[in-house]
Amino acid sequence: MHMADALISPAVGGGMWVASAGLIGYCARKVRACLDDRRVPLMGVLGAFVFAAQMINFSIPGTGSSGHLGGGLLLAILLGPSAAFLTIASVLTVQALFFADGGLLALGCNIFNLGFFPCFVAYPLVYRPLVGRDPNPGRIAVAATVAAVIGLQMGAFCVVMETLLSGVSELPFGKFLLLMQPIHLAIGVVEGLVTAAVVGFVWKARPEVLDLDRAMAPDAGGLRPVLIGLLVAAVVVGGGLSWFASTHPDGLEWAMFRTAGAGELEAPADGAHGALAQVQETTALMPDYGFKAAAAEEGDAEQQPVWPAVDTGTSVAGLVGGGLTLAAAFLIGWLLKRRRQAKA
Amino acid sequence: MSHHTVEARDLYHTYPDGTAALRGITFCITHGESVAIVGENGAGKSTLLMHLNGYLAPTGGAVRVGGLPLNRDTLPAVRRAVGMVFQDPDDQLFMPTVFEDVAFGPLNLGLPPGEVEGRVARALETVGMEGLGNRPPYKLSGGEKRAAAIATVLAMEPDILVMDEPSASLDPRSRRRLIELLRSFSHTKIIATHDLDMALDLCERTLVLHEGLVAADGPTRDILRDESILGPCSLEKPLRLQGCPICAPPRATA
Amino acid sequence: MIESRFADIGWMDALSGRDTPLRRIDPRAKLLATLGFILAVLSFPKYEVAGLLPFFLYPVVLMSIGDVPVAFVLRRLAVVAPFAVFVGMFNPLLDRQVVAGVGPWVMTGGWLSFASILLRFALTVGATLVVVAGTGIHDVCRGLGALGVPAAFTAQVLFLYRYLFVLVDDGMRMARARALRSFGGRGMGMRVYGHMLGSLLLRTMGRAERIHLAMRCRGFDGQVRTLTRLRFGFADALFLLGWSTAFVLLRCFDLPRRVGGWILGAGT
Repeated sequence: MHMADALISPAVGGGMWVASAGLIGYCARKVRACLDDRRVPLMGVLGAFVFAAQMINFSIPGTGSSGHLGGGLLLAILLGPSAAFLTIASVLTVQALFFADGGLLALGCNIFNLGFFPCFVAYPLVYRPLVGRDPNPGRIAVAATVAAVIGLQMGAFCVVMETLLSGVSELPFGKFLLLMQPIHLAIGVVEGLVTAAVVGFVWKARPEVLDLDRAMAPDAGGLRPVLIGLLVAAVVVGGGLSWFASTHPDGLEWAMFRTAGAGELEAPADGAHGALAQVQETTALMPDYGFKAAAAEEGDAEQQPVWPAVDTGTSVAGLVGGGLTLAAAFLIGWLLKRRRQAKA
Repeated sequence: MSHHTVEARDLYHTYPDGTAALRGITFCITHGESVAIVGENGAGKSTLLMHLNGYLAPTGGAVRVGGLPLNRDTLPAVRRAVGMVFQDPDDQLFMPTVFEDVAFGPLNLGLPPGEVEGRVARALETVGMEGLGNRPPYKLSGGEKRAAAIATVLAMEPDILVMDEPSASLDPRSRRRLIELLRSFSHTKIIATHDLDMALDLCERTLVLHEGLVAADGPTRDILRDESILGPCSLEKPLRLQGCPICAPPRATA
Repeated sequence: MIESRFADIGWMDALSGRDTPLRRIDPRAKLLATLGFILAVLSFPKYEVAGLLPFFLYPVVLMSIGDVPVAFVLRRLAVVAPFAVFVGMFNPLLDRQVVAGVGPWVMTGGWLSFASILLRFALTVGATLVVVAGTGIHDVCRGLGALGVPAAFTAQVLFLYRYLFVLVDDGMRMARARALRSFGGRGMGMRVYGHMLGSLLLRTMGRAERIHLAMRCRGFDGQVRTLTRLRFGFADALFLLGWSTAFVLLRCFDLPRRVGGWILGAGT
C-alpha cells in the first residue's frame, strides 16, 4: 500500500526521505563497486518487468478477486539486496511521478516501506537461511511465502507508524494496526506464493540465473552499521521533529524548515523564513480577526483532538477569503492561458 | 586497407547446455565485400555473428578481424572496427533519446563533446534522421528504429558492418529504403538474413550455413538459383528468381 | 484499469514532448519549487482548509503555461483518490467535535480535517502531475542528477522507463493470449500464472543480455555517459525564487482570512 502525500507531515516525510536517500546512495556505491556491468541493463529491464507483470493477473480461488505480483522480494532474489533496492526505488519513483501513486514527499516513506524490508530484512535474514544451500521447489515456496509475509508486515507497520506520527489522519493506533496488518497478511501470502511460483519456474528452467546474486559481490559486510545508523537517524529526525511539532505551538512549520534544511533541499529559505515567522508572531497578536486564537488553537489541536471553541467570525472570514483567493488563482491561470493562446 | 577483413578458421562453438551451434566453420571475407549469411532457423547464424565481435569466445578455432587475432587484448580494437546491428532495434536503442543513443558509443570512446556531436549529426544525416534526435526511441516507427540503430553503429565509424536480419518486420517501403541505404555504404558488410531477395540486391557473395557447417559459399546469383543447395537448408529460391504465377502458372495446376 | 494507467503515461510523455514555457524552465528550478510547494502545503495544521486554497495558484499557473489539459489532471486525481479518501474518511467518524454551527448545520472537526486531507491530496498530486507532464522523465532525471542524486539511480530510472513500454506490451500480449483461450475462468489460476510470469521473466532476462551485448559492442564499461547540458539561467532563478517566496508568504500570512476579514469589515 502506498503512503500518500496528503497523509504525512513534512517532518515524517523529510525524515524518511533522508533515510531512503542515504540507502540509495549506499546502494549506488555498492552496485558501482561491483564489477559486473551486466547488472546495469538487467536492473533497468527488471524494473520494467515489475510493471509488465502487473498486466497479467490471476484469480484467487474462492474470493472472486484477482491478484498480481508486487515484486520486491522477487527482485531481491534475482538481483541481491543493493541492486534490488535501487530497482524498487526506481519503480516507485516512476509510479510517484507518472501514476501519482503516493507522491513526491511520500516517496521517501514508500521506498523505505516497500524497498528496505524485502531487500535488507526479508531476503537476507529470512529467505536465504530458509532456502539454504541447495534449494528445491518446496523450500523455495516456504521461504518465499514466509519472507514475503514478514517483509509486508513490517512495511505495513511502518505505514501505520508514519501515519500516526504525522497526525493528519484521525485513526487511532490500535484500530489502524488491526486494519492494516491482516490485510497485508493476505497480500503477503499471495505475494509469497506468486514469488515462489515464478522463482520455482526459473529454477527449473534456468537454475544458473538464480545464482546471479551469489556470483555478485556479497552484500553483508559493513552493511549493518550503516543500516543501524540510518534507522536511528530516521527515527530521531522523524520522531523527534514530530514530537517537537506537536508540543511547540505552531511548531510544525518550524520543523518543516528544519527538516528541509537537514535534507539540503531548500536551505536558502531558512533565514528568510525565520524572519517571517517572527513577523507572523507579531501579526498574530492583532486582535481584529482572532488570529492569535486561531494560531494557538491549531497548535493545541495537534496535541489533542479536542477542538476549543472557535471564533466563528474568523472561520467565516477564512471561508470568504479562501473562496476569493481560489477564484483569483483560477482567474490568473485562465488569463495566462488566454494570453498564450492569443500569442499562438 | 587490410584491416577490413574478417577471417574464421575452423570455428567451433558449443553452448554450456551441450548444443553444438558451430561445428567447424572456415571463411575469409575481404575488404569491401558484401556477404549474405543464410540458413534455416538454428543453423548457427546468430552464434556466428556473436563471434565476430568477441561477445562469444569460440570453443575451438579462431577469428581474425583486420589481421588481428581476436583475444582479450585486441577486443576493444575489434569492437571499434566491427559495428553490429541487432535484429531487434529495441535491444540496441536503450538510451532515452535517439541523440543520446547515437552519442553513447562515441562518448565511451572518450571523444571530446564537440567531436561527439559532429559524429552524431553525421550519422543521423546519413540514415536520413536529422531532426529526430530528441525523439525517444519508443516514438519511432519500425523503419525509423532500424535507421536509428544503424546510426548508433555508424557513429562509431566502424570498418565492418555486421547485421542480423536488418529487414525483418519492416514494411515494403521501409525495406526498400533500408536496402538503398545499405547499398550506399562502402563498408565491408556481413548480413545474416532470411530475406533472400535482399541478399540478391545487396550481396555479391553468399554463405549458406546448415547445422553449424558451411554448406555452400559462392556468388549469390549462383547459390540462390541452385535448388540442390537451398532445399536441404529449408530455403527457397528468391521470389524474383521464381516464375511469375500469373504470366507462367506452374504446370501442375494448369 | 492498469491499461489506462499506461495510456496515461503515453499521454504525459506526449505532453512533455512539446515546447512550452513550462518545458523551457530548468528542471532543477521546477523540482525544487515543487518540493517547496509540497512542504508548504503539508506543513499546515490538520484542520486548515481556507489557508490551503490560495496554493491552487501554483498548479493552475503551471497548467496554463505548460498547456496541460485540466481534464487530464482531474482524471488522474480521480484514479488515485481512493487511498486518501479511504484513510481520510475515518476522520469524520472519529472526530465529532463540533467546531462551528450555522442554524441546523453543524461542522465537526473530523469533516474539517477530512476536507483538509482532500485539499492537500489534490494540491500535491496535481502539482506533481503537472510538473512531470510539463518536464518529461528525461529532464526530471537530468535535474535530479544535477541536484546530486547518484547517477546509478537516475540511469536506472531512465532504463526502466525506456523498457516500460516494450515490456508492458509483452505482458499485455501474453495476458491477451491467455484470455482468448481461457473459458469460464479456467486457466486463470496460480499455476498457469506462475508459468506465464516465469517465461516473461526469462524473456526479459534474455533481453537484458542482448542489451548488454549491444552496450558492450559500443564500448560500455559500467558507466552510462551522457552529454548533459543544463543551464540555470535568470528566468529559472526567478521562477524558483518567486514561487518559494510566494509559498513562504502564503504559508505565513493567512491570505484568505485577511481578504475575507477585510471584505467583511468593509461590508459592515
